[in-house]
Amino acid sequence: MPDHDHDDRGPQVHLGVFFTGVGPQLIWADPSCASHHEIETFVEVTQLLERGLFDAFFLGEGLRVRENRGKVFDLDVSGRPDAITQLAALAAVTDRIGLVATQNATYNYPADLARRLASLDFISGGRAGWNIVTTDNAWTGENFRNGGWLPHERRYERATQFVEAAKELWDAGPAGIGTGGTPVDVRTDLVSFRAAPTVPPSPQGRPVLFQAGDSDGGRELAARHADVVFSRHREHDEALAYAGDLRSRLARYGRQPDEVRILPGASVVVGDTQEEAEEKARWVRSEQVNGPRAITYLEQYWGRDLSAYDPDGPLPDIEPSTDELDPSRGTIAIERRTGKLQLIESWRDLAAEQGLSIRQLVLEVSGGHATFTGTPGQIADTWAHYVRTRAVDGFNITPHLLPSSLADIIDKVVPELQDRGVYRTEYEGTTLREHLALPPLRRAATAPRRAS
Amino acid sequence: MTTGRLLLAVEADGAGAHPAAWRFPDASGTMLDPRSIKETVTAAEWAGFAFAAFGDGPTPPPAGARIEAGVRAAYLSQLTRCIGLAPTLHVTTTEPFHLATQLASLDHASHGRAAWVLDAANDGPARATIGAAPLDDATRSQEVRDVIDVTRALWDSWEDDAVIKDVATGRFLDNDKVHHIRFEGPSFSVVGPLITPRPPQGQVVIIAADSLGVADRADITLVGGFSAVTGHGRQALSRRAERAREAGSPLVFAELEVALDQPGERAARRLQRLNPLGFWHMTDRARFVGSVAALTEFLAGLAAHVDGVLFYPAQTAVDFPILADNVLPALTSSGLARVPDPDDATLRDVLGLPRPVNRFAEPARATNSVRSAASA
Repeated sequence: MPDHDHDDRGPQVHLGVFFTGVGPQLIWADPSCASHHEIETFVEVTQLLERGLFDAFFLGEGLRVRENRGKVFDLDVSGRPDAITQLAALAAVTDRIGLVATQNATYNYPADLARRLASLDFISGGRAGWNIVTTDNAWTGENFRNGGWLPHERRYERATQFVEAAKELWDAGPAGIGTGGTPVDVRTDLVSFRAAPTVPPSPQGRPVLFQAGDSDGGRELAARHADVVFSRHREHDEALAYAGDLRSRLARYGRQPDEVRILPGASVVVGDTQEEAEEKARWVRSEQVNGPRAITYLEQYWGRDLSAYDPDGPLPDIEPSTDELDPSRGTIAIERRTGKLQLIESWRDLAAEQGLSIRQLVLEVSGGHATFTGTPGQIADTWAHYVRTRAVDGFNITPHLLPSSLADIIDKVVPELQDRGVYRTEYEGTTLREHLALPPLRRAATAPRRAS
Repeated sequence: MTTGRLLLAVEADGAGAHPAAWRFPDASGTMLDPRSIKETVTAAEWAGFAFAAFGDGPTPPPAGARIEAGVRAAYLSQLTRCIGLAPTLHVTTTEPFHLATQLASLDHASHGRAAWVLDAANDGPARATIGAAPLDDATRSQEVRDVIDVTRALWDSWEDDAVIKDVATGRFLDNDKVHHIRFEGPSFSVVGPLITPRPPQGQVVIIAADSLGVADRADITLVGGFSAVTGHGRQALSRRAERAREAGSPLVFAELEVALDQPGERAARRLQRLNPLGFWHMTDRARFVGSVAALTEFLAGLAAHVDGVLFYPAQTAVDFPILADNVLPALTSSGLARVPDPDDATLRDVLGLPRPVNRFAEPARATNSVRSAASA
């Protein structure tokens, strides 16, 4: 059995790739970049990941195109496919890689989304995952029938009720042709429907559930329902503290530590020597924070047109608008949407103290530095340490250059991991659940649903 | 006017149109096994069908089990090369924004072969799947129109040349060419733009039954009529086709359920065997039961009234191979069928439908390009 093999070998590094589809980390101006829209790129990448024995390929999703000062944000890669549609297409041309769709629990109908996810899971032979996200703003809701219906602080209550309803539907699926699913009636305060599921359980029973929220509500949802946590804590001690917190929460829901895998997001720059890796990392950062992006970054906070300023000159001398970050939409993390004036003051202090230009300041404060930069051996050593200390179970890699930044990991880092005994040399199973070495679901997938 | 040559399409990925079709062992594979779905649709592609339709609904079919149609179509997009892929998606049980995104994505994944069989399930159990009650007729009609209008506007919300990748200015896209649509209707509003760039076909092909009242908005309107085989039935069908055309539908297809004679058993006799297991009530589609020769003759008569036929085999395992191996070659050799040409890049090309101009593209720019072409 795959699980015993896994135990015998000790902790293993599990790798996924998170294709965000938008954002500054994806470099598009380099001639080596593949198209970010064409299906051929996705086919190439997923087949590459299978060669590298990765667990999963993730698609990000956001339900409104990002904007800056009232116009669509024009500097970053943008334009994404519907995740389930795209992954269903990829299921036909891959046979092992897990296929994970980011889908929103605020602006979907539970029975509709549960059925589409179950369909992806079934047609891929048990390789689907659902990265559960919520929407925190009514701005995104303007694309939906009932925009802004859910108060921000209740978004995880809705997500929890949604996930529980989806699990009930998946458990009640028909065994096959002619049997029919058991109708499910859900009447909770934020979810209400009656539906008979039509999709039989896949070989892994149901889609694997991923959760990324880091607030208390997000962590509780993860502890209750997630199979994989897509965490933000990459630095070793922070990751260890997070793992401790999550495991203590798991115990409260009667779950074992090995029922959840922790895969923080990470960006990786590989070089044949340390110097080469660092040089490459500097190039990546300078592509990600070019002049126009640096100006736009500040515009989001200033709330004013700063296009007249030189990115290589000093910070804008005009005062920012006094309103909070209202004109910029979808590009700024929620915790940064208040207190911007103090933030701008601190930037001015930092720039004055260190003599930084606009671009140098943005390079400093905008985040997005590579998480791991080094030789294949150095990175493999670090990752082996992370998993052996149980700080993480692996990483969700966000590529900066498609496909070359992934080819580097597969061709150079994976063999080093294998040499250290922390990475598979072949797929042991066929389902995403098996790749992640998660224990089988407690309820046998094909058993008839017990009448309650 | 029709061309006199029929475009042919088939719904062939389930057990069949007959409610008892799933009870036969050779049918079960075609419903849930991805490999046999692939085999059937590949066979349809080889035979020369213009598109394959994928039936679906929010409530269970007679067989109980079914994979969501959009997922099936997307899966097949990588396994086929020229056949159109037309999943049924209901406007009454999901979000218009998601429908537009899913269909645009299918069109991208298939390089311009997506179509949408639009439906609007409105019975109690269907609407209960979203915790809602059935809509009254007027509201449902309004909803169908509004969802089409929103979807079409969203497909135009990115102009074809919105992605510019201009290294000098650092701009990935030209944000003057990505538009809010700001749709406001009585039951919902959508700001846009779509999260997905414009589909390769510009607009995904929309297929809707005439009973939905959107012949003015659809690319293909489906018409039926009881017992179309009789002279009277054919008249009713041709009247409906005429009305759809007058309303503005560029193409009109007949929906035709078929049960065909096979060596050793006539279709009528087969139905006598099947009906006790689940009676095949007449539907709004036309129905043909008989021999290949009689069907060919019937279709020859139909070609003056409609542009194409969407077949629903009574039993996929029995009737689909007869359609693919006998009916279609007979029609092609007698010049009655129009099969896809190797030069057709998209489903619109196969159907002879132009690629629509984007409503947001500035006429000034179009004029300029005409002028520069003229002066070149």
